[in-house]
Amino acid sequence: MNAMSQIVEPLPLLRVTRLTKAFGPVVACRNISFDLYPGEVLGIVGESGSGKTTLLNCISGRMQPDEGEVAFATRRLGLTDIYNLPEPDRRRMQREEWGFVHQSAREGLRMRATASANVAEPLMNMGGRHYGRMRAETERWFNRVELDPARLDGQPRLFSGGMQQRVQIARNLIHGPRMVFMDEPTGGLDVSVQARLLDLMRELVRDLGLAVVLVTHDMAVARLLADRLLVMKQGDVVESGLTDQVLDDPQHPYSQLLVSSVLQI
Amino acid sequence: MNPQKSNQPAQQYSYAYLDEQTKRMIRRSILKALAIPGYQVPFGSREMPVPYGWGTGGIQVTAALIGPDDVFKCIDQGADDTTNAVSIRQFFAKVADVATTEDTSEATIIQSRHRIPEKTLKQGQIMVMQVPQPEPLRTMEARETETRAMHAYEEYGVQYVSLYQSVAAHGRITIGATYPVMVNERYLMGPSPIPKFDNPKINQSEAIMLFGAGREKRIYAVPPHTDVRSLDFEDYPFEVQTWDEICALCGSEDSYLDEVVLDDQGNRMFVCSDTHHCSVRRDAGHAGPLAGHALGSAKEAAE
Repeated sequence: MNAMSQIVEPLPLLRVTRLTKAFGPVVACRNISFDLYPGEVLGIVGESGSGKTTLLNCISGRMQPDEGEVAFATRRLGLTDIYNLPEPDRRRMQREEWGFVHQSAREGLRMRATASANVAEPLMNMGGRHYGRMRAETERWFNRVELDPARLDGQPRLFSGGMQQRVQIARNLIHGPRMVFMDEPTGGLDVSVQARLLDLMRELVRDLGLAVVLVTHDMAVARLLADRLLVMKQGDVVESGLTDQVLDDPQHPYSQLLVSSVLQI
Repeated sequence: MNPQKSNQPAQQYSYAYLDEQTKRMIRRSILKALAIPGYQVPFGSREMPVPYGWGTGGIQVTAALIGPDDVFKCIDQGADDTTNAVSIRQFFAKVADVATTEDTSEATIIQSRHRIPEKTLKQGQIMVMQVPQPEPLRTMEARETETRAMHAYEEYGVQYVSLYQSVAAHGRITIGATYPVMVNERYLMGPSPIPKFDNPKINQSEAIMLFGAGREKRIYAVPPHTDVRSLDFEDYPFEVQTWDEICALCGSEDSYLDEVVLDDQGNRMFVCSDTHHCSVRRDAGHAGPLAGHALGSAKEAAE
């Protein structure tokens, strides 16, 4: 077969179609559609209350939208509406094919378990029953996210904020997910820690070829990590496009406002 | 001996203390529990004349099952003669008119919390366990709604997190009691706080194993001839406790031993936790290092 003769359209990993979610009279997401392709990082930016987090919750299977469809290309079934999957299948898909990095490590980690147990848990969820191999893999990931292996069996509650986020990132990548959701992953960290964490995440995302949906209000984070941006305002996507294009030449007045309000030093 | 006499006005209680409707309700839960091995069946737990934590779940299960032809044995920490065991045995002797025994092979219903007797249970016997906390996932997941979903969808990876931490910290799985098991390769179950020494006795047992949690209002069961597998890692397999010592009284090498402090000079002895097992062996002529001569004084010294 001659590969040159045909152009293969890559299939999207995630397809969101006309998604709408309202809380009473307040419409948090209105008629939102987009595709996400493997290896792509999509940033969702906007101010507080613009519907970013609601959109993230809807597309990550944690909150059913009022209207519209969220389809994910599962390994077993192909592109499927995740809200039509039976609950056990959906939970399994969330566990095995997705990761979710929360803004607060408290939400994403078992604070009563040790750091290495937290990182190893997805392996056990996927059926890992060999302690030695899981331990070695955990150590490898500790090194990879630049955590001190001496802290393997430390309590995450005794870790610094940046270290907790690293534990969370390792926990969400160790099982080889294809898509990772991140909700303000660097929020609440001081700038120098933020910069190092961003650097690390950029490297991991590129190395692993992950698809990422990144919610942030920080334009610098979006600039560094995202390939493409959705700008949200009051539940609407007001502008979308390549990150550099949106940030360098914003078209919508609101995007212009967002970009111009970034502090310059 | 006639259960009908419970209807006579002179009798203070219904037969076996609980009223007939309550016993029917509990029997239905027990049947459901037997039909779904390892599944926690909710039931309408009643106030009992003992506080929660003293065996209310086990007493209700026993009360629902017991009949005048039954022979009842009750143990606490393996011993027939401890306060709780004696009280519960007297309770059923009084309200259910049953014969009681200390002989494991003679009993038809054995109520216990901490041990399964050493003597292998046979068909026709029922083991009733008192359970303080029926949910093995509770230490890792606090939400009941979530643990129910985890049972429904067989999401048991989390249970291994506690084993993992144990191996990481101590180089072996240190859970000594309530060691989690898979029942019939379907439901994860926490045996009542029996030592893991007793876990293999549940596997493929001929007897019926019933578990009652009074405060938590759950009944679960392992029917006869059911596979029960203790969780472990491939490179850290399940193992039971072992002792360097033998029973000081009967010389048993393979029973579960309790350590008894004898004095304040650091002297101690190890004795069978199953008192009936120990006395049968002594009657048969087996003797341990402290047998015969100092039994009385050793016991006094221990108390």
